Amino acid sequence: MKAYSNEVEPEIFRVLTPDGEIIETIDGKIDKSLMLKMYESMLLLRTFDRKSVNLQRQGRIGTYAPFEGQEASQVGSALALSAGDWMFPTYRDHGAAIIHGQELYRVFLYWMAHFDGSICPEGKRILPPSVPIATQMVHAVGTAWASKIRGEKNVSIAYFGDGATSEGDFHEALNFAGVYKTPTIFFCQNNGYAISVPFEKQSASKTISQRAAAYDIHGVRVDGNDIFAVWLTVKQAVERALNGEGPTLIEAITFRYGAHTTADNPNIYRDQDEISTFWRENRDPITRLRKYLNKEGHWNEEQEELALKKFNELIDAHLQKAEGYPKSDPLEMFNHVYAEESWHLKEQKQELNQILRKGGKK
Amino acid sequence: MGKNLTMLQAITEAMDQMLGHDDRVMIMGEDIGVNGGVFRSTEGLYEKYGKDRVIDTPLAESGIIGSAIGLALNGMLPIVEIQFLAFIYPGFEQLVSHAARMRYRTRGQFGVPLLIRTPYGAGIRGPELHSESVETFFAHTPGLKVVAPSNPYDAKGLLISALEDPDPVIFLEPTKLYRAFKEEVPDEMYRIPIGQAKVVQEGSDLTIYAWGAMLREALNAAKKIEAEKGWKCEVVDLRTLYPLDRDTIVQSIKKTGRALIVHEAHKTAGLGAEIISIINDEALIYLKAPIKRVTGFDVPVPPFTIEDHYLPTVDRVKQGIVETLSF
Repeated sequence: MKAYSNEVEPEIFRVLTPDGEIIETIDGKIDKSLMLKMYESMLLLRTFDRKSVNLQRQGRIGTYAPFEGQEASQVGSALALSAGDWMFPTYRDHGAAIIHGQELYRVFLYWMAHFDGSICPEGKRILPPSVPIATQMVHAVGTAWASKIRGEKNVSIAYFGDGATSEGDFHEALNFAGVYKTPTIFFCQNNGYAISVPFEKQSASKTISQRAAAYDIHGVRVDGNDIFAVWLTVKQAVERALNGEGPTLIEAITFRYGAHTTADNPNIYRDQDEISTFWRENRDPITRLRKYLNKEGHWNEEQEELALKKFNELIDAHLQKAEGYPKSDPLEMFNHVYAEESWHLKEQKQELNQILRKGGKK
Repeated sequence: MGKNLTMLQAITEAMDQMLGHDDRVMIMGEDIGVNGGVFRSTEGLYEKYGKDRVIDTPLAESGIIGSAIGLALNGMLPIVEIQFLAFIYPGFEQLVSHAARMRYRTRGQFGVPLLIRTPYGAGIRGPELHSESVETFFAHTPGLKVVAPSNPYDAKGLLISALEDPDPVIFLEPTKLYRAFKEEVPDEMYRIPIGQAKVVQEGSDLTIYAWGAMLREALNAAKKIEAEKGWKCEVVDLRTLYPLDRDTIVQSIKKTGRALIVHEAHKTAGLGAEIISIINDEALIYLKAPIKRVTGFDVPVPPFTIEDHYLPTVDRVKQGIVETLSF
């Protein structure tokens, strides 16, 4: 358990303690309405996440990657962005994508393996979840670079986990971003495990944030379950980026309570009861903010119940929309391979179409 | 109006005109700025357009291609130079997992109009891994387009089309032909459509299909065989390797009834096999002989002291013509 105790942890930026005490000044930057937005967003996402795991068990969606425990990291970072900012999520960051404007039913569609699940609302710049590890980090360098070239005031944020920091693209992305001082935010959620491999087997460096020094960029280590600290850190990274001060590497220390995906059994590689209970009881992002809000008189049981009811209804409405969404037509597999369809795709599409018609159903 | 240019000069001119024509165009790669490229294909462009448009990048192919994907997503038109085709492997994942799939994954919402130029092929006495011809890797990837010019005129016209294409294009430049000969190249920005092969020599007895540097071997062999035996070969330059121009391939075989495919890439699963399949599908009854392939062998491209024995030669091509016509 020592890897998770405060005593051996290197320096970390924390604002809100697990007991719900504010220990750093927030300078009026986080007002009551933002606090409530943070809290409600986390509550919505946790409800969504639990619902999704259940839906997978019922066979209503495919394999699913849960993020429960990481709500503060995803909500705090996404709320610090502006509408026009570019977001490059992984398959575990649909929470962040939702907060940045992705619609809930689209997220359901994605996990139902529907083609239309990777489309984001018009005008938004939320890319499809990256399935290969760390590859999207260099894209976030590129979009940020283009924004910088054109003088547009946007940042690009790339989400990734601790495992990604072993990949070559992690290093190439940090190096390019450092060289070109691109307005990129590299947001690592260090949840302790890359599927089953713990961080101490992943890396000899004690922290991920310290790697920033190697590329001469700004690096911050933050309590990823402290939404105030995450929000302030990302907000500062955005300001730095827009001021031309270049990229920031943020390491948010957090933990996924559940499995890597619903196809994974974490009991094999970690002591579920011990570790999950430790994190749930001592570090939970939602509990600690609720403690603070309760003490300040900003939130009570009644509000909690109302909010949960509202979110359950909202999620159910989106689920209904996703389940009622027209199924992917098999012929859609031929669309959008190229801007213009070439002869071989046209013919193969016809071939499948004939097979489908012979079968009497499409 | 036009000028006599080498393929390299034609490529440089195409990029020069595109940089001047469209602010979104930028060139990035290793040694392409101050140095003007290891083959000098970007010579003078750094001085003319500056370090922000002709960019010497860190030495990292995944970083180059990946960041170019981001640039393309966000409205730029990056031209990436990868110094040699076999050096593209660290960036391969970016090409196949992202550049090729972005339009598909986003149902047309985001495209990647990215152009990747890279010298390829043997015959330049290069060190290890400087001479590969692995076009099949890319021609097997839905979402990419693969282009390989064989002369200065086509190189300029195809390059401009490739840059204007809304999808990612791998532009394979036959290193051996960079300075091999000059040809009149028009001054204006003309375009040669991607996806169209060209009959470069009419003939009635046999069709030779080739591309890149092998087109010269094909033409030379056709000339010699005509002088020696009076046989007239039709020579087809594929120019685009993916998607292939089936109509031109099939039209020619219907006319001649015999075919020889010449490529320097390894034989197994090389594009020759695909061309044979197309002919089988579309024109089997026109065939008077089995289709033969003269290709590089299924070995790594060997050291330059013996690379000539790896490459199809005029003699090997001639032998292939004789065997096909004597069947």
